Amino acid sequence: MSTSTDDGRPDPESSTVDLTRDGRPVSDRGDTVCVIGAGASGLTAIKNLSEHGFGVDCYERETGVGGAWNWRHDRSPVYASTHLISSRPFTQFPDFPMPDDWPDYPHHSQLLSYFERYADHFDLRRHIWFGTEVVRVEPVAGDRWDVTTRSTGGYGPERTSRYAAVVVANGHNWSPKLPSYDGLAEFRGEIMHASSYKDPAQLRGKRVLVVGAGNTGCDIAVEAGQQASRCWHSTRRGYWYTPKYVLGRPADQVNDALLALRVPRRVRQWLYHLTLRLTVGDLTRFGLPKPDHRVYETHPIANSQLVYHVGHGQITPVPDVTRFHPYAVELADGRQIDPELVVFATGYLPRFEFLDPKILGDDAATGRPTLWLNAFVPGHPTLAVAGLVQPDSGIFTLSHWQAVLFARLLRLRVTHPDRAAAFAGKVTAKAGERYSGPVKDSTRHWFEVGHADYLRAVQRALRDLETR
Amino acid sequence: MGGSRGTRPRTNARCSGAKPRSRERKVGTVTQQVRIMRGWEWARPVRPVRREVLGATPEVEEGRPPLLFVPGFGHGAWAFAEHWLGHAAGRGFPAYAVSLRGHGGSGPAPDATLRAYAHDVVQVAAGLPRQAVLVGHGAGALVVAHALARYPARAAVLVAPVLGGWGTALTALRRNPLGTLPALAGGRLRLSRSQLFSRELPEADARRHAARLGRAARRAQWQLLLGREPEPAVGEPPVLVLGSPDDRVVPAAALTRAARRYGSAPLLFPGMGHDLMLDARWREPVDAILDWLEKDPDPGRG
Repeated sequence: MSTSTDDGRPDPESSTVDLTRDGRPVSDRGDTVCVIGAGASGLTAIKNLSEHGFGVDCYERETGVGGAWNWRHDRSPVYASTHLISSRPFTQFPDFPMPDDWPDYPHHSQLLSYFERYADHFDLRRHIWFGTEVVRVEPVAGDRWDVTTRSTGGYGPERTSRYAAVVVANGHNWSPKLPSYDGLAEFRGEIMHASSYKDPAQLRGKRVLVVGAGNTGCDIAVEAGQQASRCWHSTRRGYWYTPKYVLGRPADQVNDALLALRVPRRVRQWLYHLTLRLTVGDLTRFGLPKPDHRVYETHPIANSQLVYHVGHGQITPVPDVTRFHPYAVELADGRQIDPELVVFATGYLPRFEFLDPKILGDDAATGRPTLWLNAFVPGHPTLAVAGLVQPDSGIFTLSHWQAVLFARLLRLRVTHPDRAAAFAGKVTAKAGERYSGPVKDSTRHWFEVGHADYLRAVQRALRDLETR
Repeated sequence: MGGSRGTRPRTNARCSGAKPRSRERKVGTVTQQVRIMRGWEWARPVRPVRREVLGATPEVEEGRPPLLFVPGFGHGAWAFAEHWLGHAAGRGFPAYAVSLRGHGGSGPAPDATLRAYAHDVVQVAAGLPRQAVLVGHGAGALVVAHALARYPARAAVLVAPVLGGWGTALTALRRNPLGTLPALAGGRLRLSRSQLFSRELPEADARRHAARLGRAARRAQWQLLLGREPEPAVGEPPVLVLGSPDDRVVPAAALTRAARRYGSAPLLFPGMGHDLMLDARWREPVDAILDWLEKDPDPGRG
């Protein structure tokens, strides 16, 4: 039993089979699967595919693993104080736990070291081509894929390889979504998207307006409350601000104890509202709007500190921004405020610039793919998207099971083509299915899933795949 | 080392049927369902505890997978530190042994469950630099079987496995009624020296080892009898079962049954007691394990 210790490149043994449209040779990688991205979802795809006996080539545009969680990466959205918002048991890979002496909500640097250890433990780096970005992914006959790559930044020649299957794991939290406002171009203050927010020093002593009440927006508002000379926090609607700890335990663990007891959703909502009323209290007292929805209908916000700093008067909650003036910002209630710095914590949109949008079922080019289990593509049985979920818990557990399901599907395409075909039929029939209760309709909730609903659906898919 | 490797372990006569069965089994493992929803495990994570890990590493790193030895109930990492760790390291395998919580030098845990024990094993395995081979002895083999459902081991070895159930209790009652009865009521399980060691082991050594024995937690002991079957192993690791037909804790039939569960036949070392790693001829089983690993039971994975 020997382990490959060479940190070399994937085996270049391949033969030229075809020519690309511009006349370059295509090298055939046989049954090898291509994984795009070596972030959390890409790593678990590599690990599970090779565990199921597949050769894997992974292309990573950066020079390290960890994707969004590697603060060295220019597309990484993490800031100095980023901590997890789901507790450890919900965040770790199901077959590679984080050390149990880590905190309930680890820091982003711990998460990066966790991914690096995962890559080393399962010897994944030998599958990864670092500093290589994917330019095009095109379907060819026989459900195979031509993947064209080049060095990150566009240097060097393009290279095309033919793969048996492709896993797209390029992440969905790196391409900033910036809303448009009247007069924004004339605004004389500083504007930044949360993706370029790294350190509270950027806020110190300034009058800051934070737009958006996602988990990032709330984190930045809390830091601005402490560092800035003035902090306004603008939100579209009222939200439920869940503390990270309720009843003495991490909040998501309490919630899952109820889920494990199969408490119905309405009862859980009622208990949740009761708990929040008893602990956080009535937020309209502080001038925050009353939530226009019940909990579980928007992505959960886990922040114990926001309400605390609102209570200290360090954060002024304000309504939606309507328009910008050169030296002021007008709010929905007609008020005008005069921030020097506006931070848009308005989220991210997914981007698959190397794929024809039609392949992912996005005919209208809105940027929203139509998939089954947020992963499987109708009409393309050898293509999967990993990690395109926004669960009310950690993403990585979900990515892991997506990768397992895809690996088993690829294996069944050889051993039981009939079952694989039945699966493909189901993908087409059920594309676009949701795995949560009703949620607010906005781009923020495009990929929102309840982790229990989602994982049960994956469990069913796995059972159907292997027992029929 | 050279001399002991010459003695080949006797293979069970019934192993002729193992080959085709192993193929069936391969399909069988696939149809067994993994459990994806683990609500209680997420909601009630196992508490951390100080864990004793003893290790021996080879002088030259040869890229071999690390071994993690898991002692059975009452035993601690010391049981493997006596001979096996050093011997495995001498043959180029980094070798570690963990004391389950409440055992050896690990922190106290009177209320520990099998799940907590499996958690300890997975924590230590995931903390090793590379994908590990899990080697469980006695009830430690059951702990390893549970750990295999939560960690994709490179391979697994079950040494004189006590996989639980009433059969285990009945055998123990018949062989050593006075030592076993209190355990059924939640007391300490006392294994006698004659159960653990062969007569070849010098009396002084046997006495010294027996004096170090501790006890497992009450709940874990009951779960050994009544607990759930382990969930299917993740990552389809190859599994080797070995033991002694003269083991007075695990009858030969139980060894065969355990091996069949993993699609093979047991390797047998006649004339040895239950504690193969402490008995006089400790070299033979550990060499057999290392030979098996060197043959690369899973060439598909690099």
